[in-house]
Amino acid sequence: MASGIKDKVAILGMGCSKFGERWNDNAEDLIIEAFIEALEDAGIDKSQIDAAWFGTGIEEQHVGKSAVPLSMALRLPNIPVTRVENYCASGSEALRGAVYAVASGAADIAMAVGVEKLKDTGYGGLPQRSRGAVNDLFWANASAPGSFAQLAPAYSAKHKVSASDLKRAMAHISIKSHDNGSKNPKAHLRNKITEEKVMNAPMIAEPLGLFDCCGVSDGSAVAIVTTPEIAKALGKKDLVTVKAMQLAASNGREAQHNSWDGSHFVTTRAAAKRAYKEAGISNPREQISMFEVHDCFSITELVTMEDLFISSEGRAVNDIMDGVFDADGKIPCQIDGGLKCFGHPIGASGIRMVYEMYLQMHGRAGERQRDEEPVFGMTHNLGGFPHQNICSLTIIGKEGA
Amino acid sequence: MEVGILAYGGYIPKSRLKRDEIFKAHSWFNPGLKGLARGERSMANWDEDTVTMAVESARDCVAPDARENISAVYMASTTFPFQDRQNAGILADALNMKSNIQTLDFASSMRAGTAALVVALQAAKGSEGPILLTAAEKRMTKAGSPLEMTTGDGAASFLIGSGNIVAKFLGGHSESVDFIDHFRGDEAQYDYTWEERWVRDEGYMKIVPTAVNALLEKSGVSASDIDTFCFPVAARNVAGGLAKKLGIPEEAVADNLQANCGEAGSAHSLIMLAKALQEANPGDKILVASFGQGCDTLLFEATDAIKNIRPNMGVTGSLANGRSESNYNRFLAFNDGLNMELGIRAEVDKNTGLTTHFRNRYMAQRMIGGECSKCGTAQFPKSNMCVNENCGAIGTQEDYPFADKIAHMNSYTADRLTYSPDPPAFYGMIQFEEGGRLMSDFTDITPDDELSVGMKMRMVFRVKDYDNKRGFRRYFWKAVPVAATTKGSE
Repeated sequence: MASGIKDKVAILGMGCSKFGERWNDNAEDLIIEAFIEALEDAGIDKSQIDAAWFGTGIEEQHVGKSAVPLSMALRLPNIPVTRVENYCASGSEALRGAVYAVASGAADIAMAVGVEKLKDTGYGGLPQRSRGAVNDLFWANASAPGSFAQLAPAYSAKHKVSASDLKRAMAHISIKSHDNGSKNPKAHLRNKITEEKVMNAPMIAEPLGLFDCCGVSDGSAVAIVTTPEIAKALGKKDLVTVKAMQLAASNGREAQHNSWDGSHFVTTRAAAKRAYKEAGISNPREQISMFEVHDCFSITELVTMEDLFISSEGRAVNDIMDGVFDADGKIPCQIDGGLKCFGHPIGASGIRMVYEMYLQMHGRAGERQRDEEPVFGMTHNLGGFPHQNICSLTIIGKEGA
Repeated sequence: MEVGILAYGGYIPKSRLKRDEIFKAHSWFNPGLKGLARGERSMANWDEDTVTMAVESARDCVAPDARENISAVYMASTTFPFQDRQNAGILADALNMKSNIQTLDFASSMRAGTAALVVALQAAKGSEGPILLTAAEKRMTKAGSPLEMTTGDGAASFLIGSGNIVAKFLGGHSESVDFIDHFRGDEAQYDYTWEERWVRDEGYMKIVPTAVNALLEKSGVSASDIDTFCFPVAARNVAGGLAKKLGIPEEAVADNLQANCGEAGSAHSLIMLAKALQEANPGDKILVASFGQGCDTLLFEATDAIKNIRPNMGVTGSLANGRSESNYNRFLAFNDGLNMELGIRAEVDKNTGLTTHFRNRYMAQRMIGGECSKCGTAQFPKSNMCVNENCGAIGTQEDYPFADKIAHMNSYTADRLTYSPDPPAFYGMIQFEEGGRLMSDFTDITPDDELSVGMKMRMVFRVKDYDNKRGFRRYFWKAVPVAATTKGSE
């Protein structure tokens, strides 16, 4: 059995652009914005970066293919740069590449960059495009909200939760994220909302209304990682290290085999078990200090809290309504506003989640800083649809924890 | 061997547009349409064309296990989706027929349906197996035209051959007269029509009697012995007037379905025949006549088998399964009558790689999936590795048709974000009773329908995407509730 990634890699520096409608910036401008912050935070020179990974999802909308756009944007000195794409989990995939490179000893210092420009389509929501020549012959005419919306009726049917109770819990999730986002200067959406507003919003894909859907944003995030030894040699203290990175990809069971009921994520459960094991966490509900989960839609966050084994099955609604995941609750979830309000520039999102955990661990989260000092932070970055997806989990924490 | 009709079926689209709604929109321009502003006309959904309606009526006529011996598939229409790609071939493919059959399209006249029937009856005498023939029509009509009011969309199917026939073919007669009551030239989208009174007096009243009288004389049947007279023309009192002139009893004149369907062009005489058969008693004599540059007449006599061999729904069942549509704008939008703002999402290129399509045609047109010969798991689409995590066998997939399997709905949504010609787009995960599942588009559902996890669904063959840039369309199967219920009606 592989020993895993725990404590082999430390975060040296991170940066994140402001997310939102960045009408006047190209993807390269956003990358530079996040990169400058990360490089300053790391306290190193660009020439010290040995390798980079570049995550972006829908490159047709902005930079085009390959890793060259990143290398050109940052004028990297002909180092190895790899472009990765794994749906909305592309950012986490870039980070995984960088972390694994350091852990393997292939690189002393590696960088992960995620970026997305989604606001150049001329309409709201994710770009509508071909899903592949063969898939286009038979895939349902499904959007992201329509695919995720289906978790709701399946969950209701399985757990005998009424549609109205479920919708109210979903509303609580969105209200909480807007409250949190209002305290985040880099967030795309910073307005507070009320339950009444959520419940009466226009329907996007039943039962998901407008406020059940996350923002679609432009943005970039950067992580620079190294070994704990090098970090210390560079003068870093109170290191935040990577405890676990796990990924699970659907194999067709959910989409094609009748053993899945549509109410949860098979991949998240598989990846979570491995991640907790890798991080040495036996009781996640008690040990994880805070979460950033892939709240592309309110219902996703709801079922994910069960799939990460934080809420017991069928009990997420109770935990949510009890405020367990509120900013001042036992285990804050989306303390930065989440995809819902920080925004969702696909390729950047996974790294943005880790960015918030990292800031919180260093006590640098400003107005939204959690009072109780966090020990472990976990991110959940999902790509695809409930019936066929990629789930990428990262646990970071204080060195030695 | 005596040939005749072995089986029959029909299909009328679920949606029925109220004619007074059409009239309301056009009364300012043509108050004279008021005389037609009664009842409803059938209205194909945005994803229906003559091929999809043909498929549905053929499925109504012939069960999957009865398709094995069919030797030919004919399709008749004046509104084929393809000018050069055999439409009967798409029909045969959707019906999962073997390839060693003859396929043939009949076109270019309101007589196309009866022409196909005549040819099928002749050919069946020497054919190796029964012939399946389907007529379907979906006419494009100008906004505010009488045809917009009087036409409807629909299809009928017949299995022709010898053996346990439900109706014996007593004879037929055709007259060919280049009488141009209307026409549609090359590249024209709409019909050009001449004065109705002339068409009635010089066309219907002169050409049809000639054909009917010739048939009756040939077959030795007296006009007074006719039990049902099917004449498809929409104009009021024409069939009755003809019957009177010919000596056919008044009560034999079949309903031309103006009240609840409308005249479905070249398919209409056959839709009326299918309905007449559904209502016939053994021994009934049914006379069918069509009109279009002449007249085809056919005479049938129902056998004792008429009581036992029934279509699944039939024209009668299909007619009863209607839903009133009050939104004339939707009809216009579905038929290119409105220059709608569809949004940028609608601009996605729907080009189909013909190599991709051909390689995957069993999946895309026949809905053939796979069944693992090792563990028995059914899956869609078929692949070379079993989806069952406890199996995963390689190369064990055998063809497994899903199109006629019943599924239950696991989850669903009504999506207003994705582009659909008729938003919201309904779709969801469906799970087949005997195994296999699919995230499937739903169709023929309105926001008033009650959807619930576990409800039974069946598959229908529909247009998946239109590639308007290239004039192509791709078909696939969609799920519809087996029994639709309206919200709050339970």
